[in-house]
Amino acid sequence: MQRWSRAARTPLGIVGFGLLAVTLFLAVFAPLIWHRQAGDYDTDNLLAGASGEHWFGTDNLGRDIFYRVLVATRLSITLAVSATLIAVVVGVVLGAAPTLLGRWIGRPLIGLVNILVAFPGLLLVLFFAIVFGVGAKGAVLAVGLAGAPTFARLGHTLMAAVAGRDFVAAARASGVRPGRILVRHLLPNIAEPLIVNATIGAGGVLLSFAGLSFLGLGVQSPDYDWGRMMQDGLGGIYVHPLAALAPGAAVIIAGLAFNLSGEAVARALGVQVDVAWRAVVTPTRHRARAAAPPPADDVDPDLVLDVANLRVAFPHGGDVIRPVRGVTFQVRRGEAVGIVGESGSGKSLTALAVADLLEFPAQVDADRLAVLGTDLHDGTDHRHLLGTSVAMVFQDPMTSFNPAHRVGAQLAEAARAHQGATRKQAWRRAVDRLSAVHIHDPHRRARQYPFEFSGGMRQRAMIGMGLMGAPKLIVADEPTTALDVTVQRQVLDMLREVRTTDDVALILISHDVSVVAEVCDRVMVMYAGRVVEDLPAADLAVAARHPYTRALVAAVPDMHSDLDAPLATIFGQPVDPAHVPDGCAYAARCPLADRRCRTQEPTLTSGVACWHPGESLPVPHARDAREVDA
Amino acid sequence: MSRLDLQELTVRYRHTTAVDRVSLTVPDGEIVGLVGESGSGKSSIARAIVGLAPVSGGRIELDGRELARRGRRRPVQMVFQDPYSSLDPRMTVGESIAEAIPERLDRTVRRREVERLLHRVHLDPARAGQRPGQLSGGQRQRVALARALAGRPEVLIADEITSALDVSVQGAILNLIREMQRELGLSILFISHNLAVVRYVASRIAVMYQGRLVEDGPAAEVLGDPSHEYTRRLLAAVPAGVAGRSTHPRKEFR
Ligand SMILES: Nc1ncnc2c1ncn2[C@@H]1O[C@H](COP(=O)(O)OP(=O)(O)OP(=O)(O)O)[C@@H](O)[C@H]1O
Ligand code: SF4
Ligand SMILES: [Mg+2]
Repeated sequence: MQRWSRAARTPLGIVGFGLLAVTLFLAVFAPLIWHRQAGDYDTDNLLAGASGEHWFGTDNLGRDIFYRVLVATRLSITLAVSATLIAVVVGVVLGAAPTLLGRWIGRPLIGLVNILVAFPGLLLVLFFAIVFGVGAKGAVLAVGLAGAPTFARLGHTLMAAVAGRDFVAAARASGVRPGRILVRHLLPNIAEPLIVNATIGAGGVLLSFAGLSFLGLGVQSPDYDWGRMMQDGLGGIYVHPLAALAPGAAVIIAGLAFNLSGEAVARALGVQVDVAWRAVVTPTRHRARAAAPPPADDVDPDLVLDVANLRVAFPHGGDVIRPVRGVTFQVRRGEAVGIVGESGSGKSLTALAVADLLEFPAQVDADRLAVLGTDLHDGTDHRHLLGTSVAMVFQDPMTSFNPAHRVGAQLAEAARAHQGATRKQAWRRAVDRLSAVHIHDPHRRARQYPFEFSGGMRQRAMIGMGLMGAPKLIVADEPTTALDVTVQRQVLDMLREVRTTDDVALILISHDVSVVAEVCDRVMVMYAGRVVEDLPAADLAVAARHPYTRALVAAVPDMHSDLDAPLATIFGQPVDPAHVPDGCAYAARCPLADRRCRTQEPTLTSGVACWHPGESLPVPHARDAREVDA
Repeated sequence: MSRLDLQELTVRYRHTTAVDRVSLTVPDGEIVGLVGESGSGKSSIARAIVGLAPVSGGRIELDGRELARRGRRRPVQMVFQDPYSSLDPRMTVGESIAEAIPERLDRTVRRREVERLLHRVHLDPARAGQRPGQLSGGQRQRVALARALAGRPEVLIADEITSALDVSVQGAILNLIREMQRELGLSILFISHNLAVVRYVASRIAVMYQGRLVEDGPAAEVLGDPSHEYTRRLLAAVPAGVAGRSTHPRKEFR
């Protein structure tokens, strides 16, 4: 409901809901207020034009058209809404059939629905109108049933999507009956899109009605709706156009009222797509200039990446949230750096900022952000530099490949875009790179589509795509999280091999310390948008000094974990970037926290940001028994 | 409490045989770990047991009697992988749990039962009125566990229940699983592709490969002296863990 009221406050929503309110008001009250005026015969003014007395003129019996348009609102809207209701109810019942009755009955039913949807709507309406006979009731049934297939298909699609979710499976597995699943789980979860579509649909239904009445198949005198009035006014269209145009305008305005309201809500709900920025392909820059970029002459030629005080912010309501709050690090040629931290700690945003893949409204700021000695902030276009020297590997390779194109073609595309290779050269290089990432039979594989690759192969092909140029840096964000161990092993080996043979630097992001420890030389631990510890990977187990690092290490079971002891857990919850506390962000969860920790924020000095680095931690034995609530 | 027996269980979808004549026992009060690569049929077994996938051949028995896979009372309950999709976003935590209670109870009794279950999984009973959107991943997974317990199961199936969670909460969920086995005497089929996790919770380990069961035995034996080639590959693929950790007892964290 909150989101609906948000929809009402957009410009589109204000117009839509405003018109809708007026329309509904008229539908309810117009007949009560203006009943008499609309029915009066002014025999002195038959078929009169617009005048002070009759704003829109009169009809052939001398009745006031303006009032009649207002009064006709009720019948027109009632008919449209009833027909829409019929369409929705019949549609949802048909659409639910496969989910409820099983495939044997459902399949043919949906087949039939699909045929009907493909049928021209007007023909269906006319067909049903003839079946049900002339008149308002027949018209409602006709328009409603003609609309049902559309809603059946919509309902079926929506319901199939919800029915595929685990909570429905969970309910079924625990013995909840189908009827209850429909009422408690399916319907509530499809209600929003259904209502939005019904609202938009009602606008169209209004037009259908006008059409039917206009053809004389709908409302019959002495009743009148806007369609009927249009038909009555049509005879005199040349002498007295308002008689037909006024009800026509009413149809359009009321139709718009439904349409715009539905649109507004649809857009407000559509905003929910909150991961869209991940799929960014072409980078654009929306960032403030750095305050004072340090002179770049003393550039270390071995420095692949040089980041100082990197910050990422997003507008959030009227406020700004800062998920990355000043990250400083360097990556040298051939070095492998791991970034670990809990979900929401800012790992991915740091990586995306480095690869220049964050789009508006993300705001990236840094005192220095340089790739291979070139400052990305100097205002020129660095797409070429980034395209050839930085390769990005994402968690889910299925979303990184275009499903409609062959894998080889997508790799080749990268070479053509960045190196100006000919089609043939690019293809040859693509096949070569696929074999470099150990994909067997690369000639055949290059011609296949992404879905024909297994998860691990796709991930390797993705790395292969990064290797089309001669990258100096690979940024891999959770590249193995979606894969099982044996495939994870292949991908990690692959990354390691590429690193050593081609002297490529690697940034590997993971929430699993053991994955990072496996591949990296150095590990940065992030918490609440800051690096809290930066240490050699070999030191993780024995020499980690930050309490958070030590807790993360202890939380992962490995093949040597003590089976008789409970696993270490981290008490409490990660920090919400919208509410970063004063002092050390980890204080609320830290067993060593004292007054200073809660008021003063420690900075990263000699590799650790903590007031009590390396101090021994108390035994948190009581915690497992207490409310853990994490 | 109860022993779950799969006898020559076969699960076939239209063209593929996902599970091919698998015989496996979950002994009374023990945790059996089921491992194997993705697509090897682990989840199909789980879903077949709770009636979400077709049983094309073989039998599923509970204490020697054919398992009820229909009807209101289900002695085998399942917890799903992704706590973000396994709870209805529109229902409160309490409603989701109450729905899985097989009997019709009057309101106060039902409320008390929900509170007891939340307490059982170490959640504040006051959370009954919250919706999943207000909970973290780990908290949701606890709710999902409480819902499974609401069906008063004799056997619990846990399908990759920690793989969608942050490592920092994974440990807490694993501790909870062990606690439930210990204190409630539950028999548990624990499915995971993470060998270190399975090793930590399970007393027996079964290995699936391409729809077949290729190895099954006491955990120490399977991990220490694997007999099948695939199990050996699986073991070799496990990350070594944080270097040097094995020589560094982690007493201080207990
Ligand atoms: N487009 C956005 N608008 C607002 N907030 C965002 C946006 N993208 C990310 N955030 C917030 O920034 C924080 C850090 O996000 P990020 O994706 O970097 O986390 P992460 O450490 O990679 O986590 P995970 O392990 O879940 O991938 C999160 O709290 C997230 O909600
Ligand atoms: S600064 Fe204080 S609260 Fe923060 S991690 Fe160190 S000891 Fe804990
Ligand atoms: Mg991430």
